[in-house]
Amino acid sequence: MRRIISVLMENEPGALSRVVGLFSQRGYNIESLTVAPTEDNTLSRLTLVTIGDDRKIEQITKNLNKLVDVVKLVDLTEGSHIERELLLVKVRANGAQRDEVKRSVDIFRGQIVDVNSSIYTVQVAGTGEKLDAFLQALGEHTIMEVVRSGVSGIARGEKVLSL
Amino acid sequence: MHILPGEEIEETQVELLSGGDMLVRALQDEGVNLLFGYPGGSALHIYDAIFRQKSIKHVLVRHEQGATHAADGYARSTGKVGVVLVTSGPGATNAITGIATACMDSIPMVVISGQVPRDKIGEDAFQETDMVGCSRPVVKHSFLVKNAEDIPEVVRKAFYIARTGRPGPVVIDIPKDVTNPSERFPYRYPEKLRMRSYTPAGKGHGGQIRKAVALLLSARRPVIYAGGGVVQGEGAALLAELARCLNYPVTNTLMGLGAFPGSDKRFLGMLGMHGTFEANTAMHHADVILAVGARFDDRVTNTPGKFCPGAKIIHIDVDPASISKTIIADIPIVGTVAFVLGEMLETLKSTEEQPDQSAIVDWWRQIDDWRERHGLYTAPRYQTDGALIMPQEVIRAVYDMTEGEAFVTSDVGQHQMFAAQYYLFDKPRRWINSGGLGTMGFGLPAALGVKIAHPDKEVVCVTGEGSIQMCIQELSTATQYHLPIKILCLNNQALGMVKQWQEMQYEGRLSNSVYEESLPDFVKLAEAYGHLGVKIERRGELHVKLQEAFAERDRTVFIDVYVDPSEHVYPMQVMPNGSMRDMWLSKTERT
Ligand SMILES: Cc1ncc(C[n+]2csc(CCOP(=O)(O)OP(=O)(O)O)c2C)c(N)n1
Ligand SMILES: [Mg+2]
Repeated sequence: MRRIISVLMENEPGALSRVVGLFSQRGYNIESLTVAPTEDNTLSRLTLVTIGDDRKIEQITKNLNKLVDVVKLVDLTEGSHIERELLLVKVRANGAQRDEVKRSVDIFRGQIVDVNSSIYTVQVAGTGEKLDAFLQALGEHTIMEVVRSGVSGIARGEKVLSL
Repeated sequence: MHILPGEEIEETQVELLSGGDMLVRALQDEGVNLLFGYPGGSALHIYDAIFRQKSIKHVLVRHEQGATHAADGYARSTGKVGVVLVTSGPGATNAITGIATACMDSIPMVVISGQVPRDKIGEDAFQETDMVGCSRPVVKHSFLVKNAEDIPEVVRKAFYIARTGRPGPVVIDIPKDVTNPSERFPYRYPEKLRMRSYTPAGKGHGGQIRKAVALLLSARRPVIYAGGGVVQGEGAALLAELARCLNYPVTNTLMGLGAFPGSDKRFLGMLGMHGTFEANTAMHHADVILAVGARFDDRVTNTPGKFCPGAKIIHIDVDPASISKTIIADIPIVGTVAFVLGEMLETLKSTEEQPDQSAIVDWWRQIDDWRERHGLYTAPRYQTDGALIMPQEVIRAVYDMTEGEAFVTSDVGQHQMFAAQYYLFDKPRRWINSGGLGTMGFGLPAALGVKIAHPDKEVVCVTGEGSIQMCIQELSTATQYHLPIKILCLNNQALGMVKQWQEMQYEGRLSNSVYEESLPDFVKLAEAYGHLGVKIERRGELHVKLQEAFAERDRTVFIDVYVDPSEHVYPMQVMPNGSMRDMWLSKTERT
């Protein structure tokens, strides 16, 4: 099963390498990983997406918790949550294509953030699934370059991950 | 606050120290009085600071691996943190094997490594290696010290992390310029530590403990399976009380030997790959297993899918990640072994309930029958009338001669298994071996660390002619610091354990497991280092010569015993796909 694990950790050099090292050392896979400092600049928040059965995920969370730099973590997929990923895509947009791309962007509630005579650069935010669908709608031949931020997430409602 | 040389500061009660002096002072404030190490460029400021003080003794080893194993032996035999000091680059990488050894066996250790100056880091400077990076997978935690002011707090944290929770090695990497003697900073050792991200487990969950006691009391075929965590967690006395109060059988892992007295009649011997027939068979048939400070290692469980099919499992461990890792626990309890065992005993004492005595009597009858049939302690399971010396009888003889009281360190191989099987430890911290990593070369330096901690005790390093050559240079350290130990080499003229596997699984193709007449004369070698060498080749002279060697109290004695080179270690679990009870009992006999 796909899981989104959110980790609060000390904003220290080497902390990220310990997390990444743990995954490679123990043979856990990482689908995506994002990290940035939080509003408290002594802390970073890391979101990682991994795949495994319940037992594997239990081991992953236990071993993450064991890392001295990790302050707290939550498996967002255990409750209702919001998941977002940012996609930037550069597409060929000539003639009739221009309108077609524009329509797809509107349907997926994206924005065109850069334009020239033959190219649109589009930004879309959403779940990984939505971004996949958008890319599919664009069609392979129009796509010049894709960059995805990796997933970040947050729990719905009252639940917060903080100190 | 950065104070230049000669500059005055107002706050007179705060002392100004250089980074190097701060480090040494912080170690003193942490109660350290012993370092094992080896100097080099990046560590020279620190070495100079050591020269200028008196309370910390530094032991100069002959190879940094030796320093880590010696500190490890010191730590295992005392429960204190072992401390190592090495230089950058090759000094640091030489220490890696010993750090990994300590990590696998959860041994508290702090390793301080010099590093190139801050402005050279990342430039492939002379003797630069990324020590924090190299050691990352084999440490509990590590620090790169960026500023001299941070030294006291880093040292405080490093020791706290190393010895609490599930203990382990911590690396402190210090760039040379951070220890510069001409820059001084205010020194204050932190009294309190605040670490929001590190909270080791303490008390176990009361409800789980009560459930565990109820399950234990309902058992008809119980086994207590105790590991190194009982030794490390100071739980041995409580464990013995629990086992005796319930009259339940106990088996120890290789790491747990001594956690329960080897001479107690409730002791089944070691379990696992070379465990006793009775221990492995009892585990297989158990209905309740109480695992304490043990981690269901693959050398214990054999095939996990076939592990103890009828057993409900209670698992006590300070490390939550050890629980349900390979074998699912029915009742997991995260907490210190001492706390949880203490609570279990209290609960037992306050309940009217009793185990089903007739079931327990039947269970003991069954176990005694297994012991009678193939047990290691009911009859010799090795040849007793041949011409050659059997390795098992050497260990038995040394056990008798030392009255079971010696500290025994070991290397890795057949000799290690014979020592584990035939030297019965009644006390924890007496059996010192690399169980997790299986590091050849561990035994001799570890013995030196033990001897420094226990100068009046007999320390025996059981080794093989293969393993001893991996850290043989430490014979010189034994000379320099006058550390009289016994080295008992079970010389089978081969990498015996490798050869055993080749004979059992590769139709006897001995690929690179023999030395072709190249072995050194160990007697002369020992003498070259200023020690005594004794060679024992004939069966008839074994006891007399051993007696003579052990009568020597003041010198290191290298006892080179030529044993039957064809002997194998049995029992040996059948692999792959075997269960706990599937064992070879001899070259021809299988369960
Ligand atoms: C550093 C290291 N290298 C290789 C091994 C693999 N190994 C395990 S036992 C063994 C043979 C050890 O020979 P010896 O010390 O003579 O002991 P014996 O088995 O003969 O008693 C070897 C090579 C190891 N455990 N450690
Ligand atoms: Mg050998």
